[in-house]
Amino acid sequence: MTKQVPIAEGLFTWPSATPALLASRCKRCGIASFPVADSCMACSGQEVAVEELPGRGTLWTWTVQRFMPKTPYHSNETPQTFKPYGVGYVELPGGVRVEGRLTESDPQKLHIGMEMDVVFEPYRTEENGDQVINFFFRPAN
Amino acid sequence: MDVAIVGIGIHPFGRTPARSGLQQGAYAARLALLDAGIEWRDIQFAFGGSASAGSADALVNELGLTGIPFINVANGCATGGSSLISAFNAIKSGQYDIGMVAGFDKHDRGAFNADPKELGIGQWYGEVGMMLTTQFFAMKIQKYMHDYDISTDTLARVAEKAFINGSKNPNAWRREPIGVEEIASSMMVNDPLTKFMFCSPSEGGVALILCRADHASRYTDTPVYLKAATMKSRRFGSFEVFAPSQALQQVDGPTVDAARAAFEMAGCGPQDMQVLQLQDTEVGAEIMHMAENGFCAHGEQEALIQSGATHIGGSMPVNTDGGCLANGEPIGASGLRQVYENVLQLRGQAGEHQVPGNPQLAYTHVYGAPGISAVTILQK
Repeated sequence: MTKQVPIAEGLFTWPSATPALLASRCKRCGIASFPVADSCMACSGQEVAVEELPGRGTLWTWTVQRFMPKTPYHSNETPQTFKPYGVGYVELPGGVRVEGRLTESDPQKLHIGMEMDVVFEPYRTEENGDQVINFFFRPAN
Repeated sequence: MDVAIVGIGIHPFGRTPARSGLQQGAYAARLALLDAGIEWRDIQFAFGGSASAGSADALVNELGLTGIPFINVANGCATGGSSLISAFNAIKSGQYDIGMVAGFDKHDRGAFNADPKELGIGQWYGEVGMMLTTQFFAMKIQKYMHDYDISTDTLARVAEKAFINGSKNPNAWRREPIGVEEIASSMMVNDPLTKFMFCSPSEGGVALILCRADHASRYTDTPVYLKAATMKSRRFGSFEVFAPSQALQQVDGPTVDAARAAFEMAGCGPQDMQVLQLQDTEVGAEIMHMAENGFCAHGEQEALIQSGATHIGGSMPVNTDGGCLANGEPIGASGLRQVYENVLQLRGQAGEHQVPGNPQLAYTHVYGAPGISAVTILQK
């Protein structure tokens, strides 16, 4: 069976039956941050607790990446197979606005304020066959 | 002790295969010395920066080994502004009488490919394709258009104006006017921004000679005074480039803070500024920076730009030399180009791109990763 590995440790719970993005919340000022950080950017506090972020939010802003980025971009694409992809910030209620790739890249189907779900899907396959899992935002419904 | 700019030099922006970035910096430095009527050995100190073209202090190899302190500055797009602040303070403190600020660069073609690690961000952020300044600017103007009813036609008009101004500036890179329709229908890069709405990394060099104001008449009949030079980094909650997340409560960005500090330092306000050079990494940045710097309310840009107010003959001339859109962005030189342009404007030496009405006060603003801004106010 193909081994699935997260694109980075600590970004989201993995493996998990119900994976979720992880944030740190400052014990002093209560501000949440993504990804998890050792200290708080809002108040410089150094005591944080890790928590799971909600799986649904609203699209705060977005764009479509039309050209293939240079390194450090690392997908399995070539300039010939590159497909434009959506990027946006999704406001996760009570948490933070998280920047992520969107599963939708058609500008006609994206609008500020729409509901988005956090999903976890294969992003690329490594030379050893491992599937690298990343988080994406997908239009709800 | 006030500080005066008494010499300016520039190497044309764009692509100059025959000269290294360092040589372009030396070219600008020699012109600045000539402009002030002095020689390199008269310079007591220097601050300089370059992001991709080597160490700025290597300029001494070109200009002469005189033993002066030459301090390298690296502050992204605010490199020139930070050099200027350092020189300003060095003279204001009484430590030195006269010095140089220099910036130059020479970048590869195509969008900048920043390294996440250098900014303390995980490698994954770059691997999935989010380490791009162009995306940030696109997402910021996308939100801004939604909130303040800015039209796509207005986006194109900002680029149209930049290329008109560039066509009047012999040192600009892009010197051909481009029509609104061609701009709007060019290749989409990051929605809603097309190819001609973005500036590109380029090459160029700028040098400025600064001295104690009470010595200025030794060097020039047309001194221009640096009334304010400020630089700010982001506060928690501002929406910035290269941010994997953003706080739910948004606060003003570093541009707003740097502008306020500059007006306070200079003892004047936005209404007093007669020529504006505002960071126009892309057209949306120019639009948003008009309001963030205090020159209009959010949303007023639509009517201002459609009425031609930001053109050279308008009530609020913006980026009279063509800005980053027509000059490209050599990071180390870009902020100093704005100051160079404003000195020309205040001296009345800007030729075809001179604003009418004998301007007395002029404003520059840069913005860059990872959320920094620098502002200057110059007075004749």
